[in-house]
Amino acid sequence: MSPQPTPPRAEGDPAIRPRHPSDPPQTPPEKAGEPLLRIRGLGVQFGGFHALTDVDFDAREGEVHFLIGPNGAGKTTLVDIITGLTKPTTGSVSFDGQQLVGHKEHRIVHFGVGRTFQAATVFEALTVGENLDLAASYRLGLRRLLRQPRGHADAVVEALEVTGLADEVDKSAGALAHGQKQWLEIGMLLAQGPRLLLLDEPVAGMSPDERTRTGELIRYLARGRTVLVVEHDMDFMRRFADRVTVLHEGRILRADATVAEVQADPTVQEVYIGRARDDRNSAGRSGAAAAGAPAASDDEEAA
Amino acid sequence: MSALLATVRRRVVGPREELPARIAFAIVAFLLIVVAPSMLSDFRLGLLAKYLVFAIVAVGIALAWGRGGMLVLGQGLFFGLGGYAMAMHLQLAEAPDGQPPAFMTLTGAEHVPGIWGPFESTAFTLAMVVLLPMLAATLLGLLVFRSRVRGPYFAILTQALAAAFVIFLVGQQQFSGGTNGLTVMTFFGLDLADPDDKRTLYLIVVAVLALVFLIGRQLVRSRYGRLLVAVRDAEDRVRFLGYDPTLVKVVAFAASAGMAGLAGALFVPVVGIISPASLGIVPSIEMVIWVAVGGRLSLAGAIAGAVLVNYAKTELSEQLPSAWLYGQGLLFVVVVAFAPRGIAGIGEWLRENRGRLRRGRDATPAAATTVEEGA
Amino acid sequence: MEQLFSQIFVGLSIGSILLLVALGLTFTFGQMGVINMAHGEFIMAGAYTTYVVQQALGDGATSTAFLLSLPAALVVAGLLGLALEALLIRRLYGRPLDTLLVTWGVALILQQLARDLFGAQNVEVKSPGWLNGGTEVLGVGVAYNRIFIMVLALAATAGAWFVVSRMKQGRRMRAVMQNRQLAAASGIGTAAVDRRTFFLGSGLAGVAGVAITQLGSVGPTLGQNYIVDAFLVVVAGGLGKLRGAVIAALVLGLCNSLIEYWTEASLAKVIVFVLIVAFLQLRPQGIVAQETRGLA
Repeated sequence: MSPQPTPPRAEGDPAIRPRHPSDPPQTPPEKAGEPLLRIRGLGVQFGGFHALTDVDFDAREGEVHFLIGPNGAGKTTLVDIITGLTKPTTGSVSFDGQQLVGHKEHRIVHFGVGRTFQAATVFEALTVGENLDLAASYRLGLRRLLRQPRGHADAVVEALEVTGLADEVDKSAGALAHGQKQWLEIGMLLAQGPRLLLLDEPVAGMSPDERTRTGELIRYLARGRTVLVVEHDMDFMRRFADRVTVLHEGRILRADATVAEVQADPTVQEVYIGRARDDRNSAGRSGAAAAGAPAASDDEEAA
Repeated sequence: MSALLATVRRRVVGPREELPARIAFAIVAFLLIVVAPSMLSDFRLGLLAKYLVFAIVAVGIALAWGRGGMLVLGQGLFFGLGGYAMAMHLQLAEAPDGQPPAFMTLTGAEHVPGIWGPFESTAFTLAMVVLLPMLAATLLGLLVFRSRVRGPYFAILTQALAAAFVIFLVGQQQFSGGTNGLTVMTFFGLDLADPDDKRTLYLIVVAVLALVFLIGRQLVRSRYGRLLVAVRDAEDRVRFLGYDPTLVKVVAFAASAGMAGLAGALFVPVVGIISPASLGIVPSIEMVIWVAVGGRLSLAGAIAGAVLVNYAKTELSEQLPSAWLYGQGLLFVVVVAFAPRGIAGIGEWLRENRGRLRRGRDATPAAATTVEEGA
Repeated sequence: MEQLFSQIFVGLSIGSILLLVALGLTFTFGQMGVINMAHGEFIMAGAYTTYVVQQALGDGATSTAFLLSLPAALVVAGLLGLALEALLIRRLYGRPLDTLLVTWGVALILQQLARDLFGAQNVEVKSPGWLNGGTEVLGVGVAYNRIFIMVLALAATAGAWFVVSRMKQGRRMRAVMQNRQLAAASGIGTAAVDRRTFFLGSGLAGVAGVAITQLGSVGPTLGQNYIVDAFLVVVAGGLGKLRGAVIAALVLGLCNSLIEYWTEASLAKVIVFVLIVAFLQLRPQGIVAQETRGLA
C-alpha cells in the first residue's frame, strides 16, 4: 500500500552504527565542561496538579540523552518548558548561558533549540523539499522570503541525504509513509542547524527496521550537538542512549546515569516492573494510574 | 547571437513548465486590452470595468483566505477606506479652490473639515488609498493574531468591523455624506461622462488588475507563500520552526487589505459613487462568494469567479430578481459544501485524473485534498 | 440622575435582547462549534410565526395568539434547525469556515423565501393589550413590552440552564462537547445529541423572534440586524458558557447605551467593538474560560 521507506543513506558510516549492548559505555566527551543545557529547580503546576517538581537536569554537547519514565512522569512537559510552550511555575532553564524561560517559542528556536512532536507534524500541502527549505530559511528576513527560491541550500541537501528522502524530494509530504514523516520532521530540524534537539517519541508506531534506522539517524545528529530523546521503548534506549535520566511522577528518579546504571537501579526497576505488573493485571490507562501517575496528565495530552 | 536569443526567450517565456500559464496570461491580456474595448458597447465596457475592480478584491481574498486560511468577512471596510479616500480627493478637486465639496455646502458648511484637508494632495491620497487599509489591517492583525484569535472567531471579528464601519459612516453624515455616500464626476482630468475617457479608465483598471495579479503570484510562489500555507495548515508547528506566525499572517492580511483599498479607489470613478451600501456585511460576504466560486486556492480562479458571478448577477437580477437571490444562496451552499476548489478545481481535477489514468493505481491521494483550513 | 437610570434601563433592555438572540448560539456555536449564520433567519422565522398565528386566530384573540406563538416559534425554528443540521452541517464536520459560508447561503435562501411568502413589505404584529403602555420606576418611564422581554430572557436562560445542568440530555451534551470520541465510545449516540442540541439552539432563536415582534415591524432581513451582535456576545462570553453569555450580553447592552449617552449611536457602536477586541487581547478565552492544558 504505502511505499517501502528507503533507509537513511548514512548506514555505512561507522560513527553512527547502532550501539551494541556489549560496547564499552561511552563517556560523554566533555563530562568536565559546562553543560549545554542546564535546568535548575524546575516546577510546574496545572490547576493544583504538580506536573513537575524541583527538577534539576544537565545535558552536554555530543551526547544522546534519553528521558524515560512511565506515562504522566512529566517527560513531555519538560520538553514543552524547554521550548517555551509551557511556562514553568518555578525554576530556570539555561541553554549555553542563555536563559530560555520567558522567551516565545519562535525566539527559542533562534537560540538553537529544535523539537519534534509525538505525532509527526509536517506541512502536508508542501513537498518534501519545500518542507526542508522552509525549515532551513528560518533566519531569512521578509525581503528574502519574498523571492522565489531556486535550487536547494546545502543544509537541505544534507538533510535529504541523511534522512534518505532524496528520491522523494518533489513528493507531497502528505503522501509519505508514517516513518518517513518522522524522518522528514527530524530532517527539518537538522536543516535548521540547532545545537539542542528534542525528539518526543521519535520511534512511536515504527517497525523494528525503521526503529534501527531512526536510531542511526539520532547518532548522526548527536555529532557536535545534544540530542534529548523522550522515549518509552526500553530496548531502543539500551541501543542508542549515552546517558539516561529517569522521571517519575514529576520528579527526577535517577539523573544523568549510564544505561547500565539505570538497568541496575532497584528503584527504577520498581517503577517499571511494578508498572509492568499492573499493566498485566489491568489494562493500559488504569495501570498507569495504579503506578501512581494520574491518568489525566497523560503525556499525550500535552502534545 | 543565439545566446542572446536564448536569454531573451528565457526572460520573456520563462521556464518550460510555465509556458502554458504565460500563454494563457497573454491571451487574457489580449482579450481585455484589445478585443473587449472594440467589441463591447460603452455600457458593457463600464460593467466589465466594475467586474475587474471586484476581481482586484478577489485576488486579495484568495491570498488571505485560500493561502492563509484567514476568512476575511470584512473586506468592505478596506474597500471603503480606499474608496472614501479617493472620493474625498476627487470631490475636493471638483469643488472650487478652498471651498468644501458640494454636499457639505448644501448643509451650510463653509470650510473644508480637518480630516478632509490632507486629501487635497494627490500624492497623499494615492498613498493613503493603499496604506490606510494596510495600516488598519496590520494593527488589527497584530492585536488579533497575537492573542491567537483564529478561524471563525477572526471571521466574525472582521465582519463586525465592517458592520461598525458602515454604522459609523451613516452616522457621520456631515463628513461622509451618510447613506447617500460621495459622488464624483471626474477622475484626474478624465471626464467620467465621456466614452473615450471611460475607455481610458477601463484600461487603467486592467493595468492595475494585472499588477495586483503579478504581485499576488509572486507572493504565492515565494518562500513566503509556502510559509503562509504552512501557517494555515499547522500554525503551531511553524512557531517551532522559528517563525512568528503572527507576522506571517499580518503580511498576507495587510496585502489583501491593500488590494481591497486599491479596488475601492478605482470603484469610485468606475461607478461614479461610493456609499455604505457597497461596504456592509452583505457586500463583504459577497466578495467571498466570488472567490469561493472561482477557487480559493487559485488567484486566476478568483478573478474568473469575480467576473462570472458579477456578470450572472447583472444578467439575472434584472430579468429574474427572485431567482437570482435563490441562485446566489444555492451557489454558496453547493460550491462551498461540495466543490470547495471552485471553477479552478475543475481544471485541476481533470489534470489529476488524466495523470491517474496514465499512472495506473498508485496515484498520490493526499496531494489534492488539503483544502480545509486549520481552525 | 434620572437620565442615568433611564440609560441603565435601556442598557438592560438591549442586553436582554442580546441575551435572547445569543442564547441559542451558546448551544449551536458554543457546544457544537457550528457557526450558523442562518441563526438570524431562525429569529426571523420565529417572528413570522407570530404573525401567522395571529392572522390565523383573528383579531379577537391577540393575547392567546401571542402566547401560543412562543411554543409554535420554538418548534418551527427548531425544525428548520434540525433540517439544516441533517442536510448540510453534518456533512461539514471539521470545516468550521465552510460551515459559516454554507449557512450564510442558507440564510440568503430563507430571506428570499420569506420575501416570496410574505412580500417584501414589512408586516406588523399586534401587541396584546397587556403589553401596551408602561409604568414608572424610580422616576423612569418603563414600557411593559421591554419588561416582558427582560422576563422572557430570564425565563429562557433559566430554562436553558436547567436543560444543560440538570437533565440527562444536558449531561450528554457536555460530554460530547468535551470529548466527542470518548463520548461516542461510552455509548452516547453523538449524532442524536447533536440533533437535539441543534433543535434546542435553533428553537431558542425562534423564541427570540417572538419577542422581537414587540420592538418593530417584521421583515425578511430582520435577522441580519442581530446576527453579528449575537456572535460577539458568545465570543466575548466564552464559548458554550451560559454564565459568560449572560454577563457579556448585559455588559454589552449597558456599554452600548451608556456610551451612546455620552457620544452618539454611531460612535458608540465603533467604541463597543474596539472594547471587545481589546478585551479579547486580555482574555482570548472570553469572560468564563475553560481550563485546559496544552495547545488550545
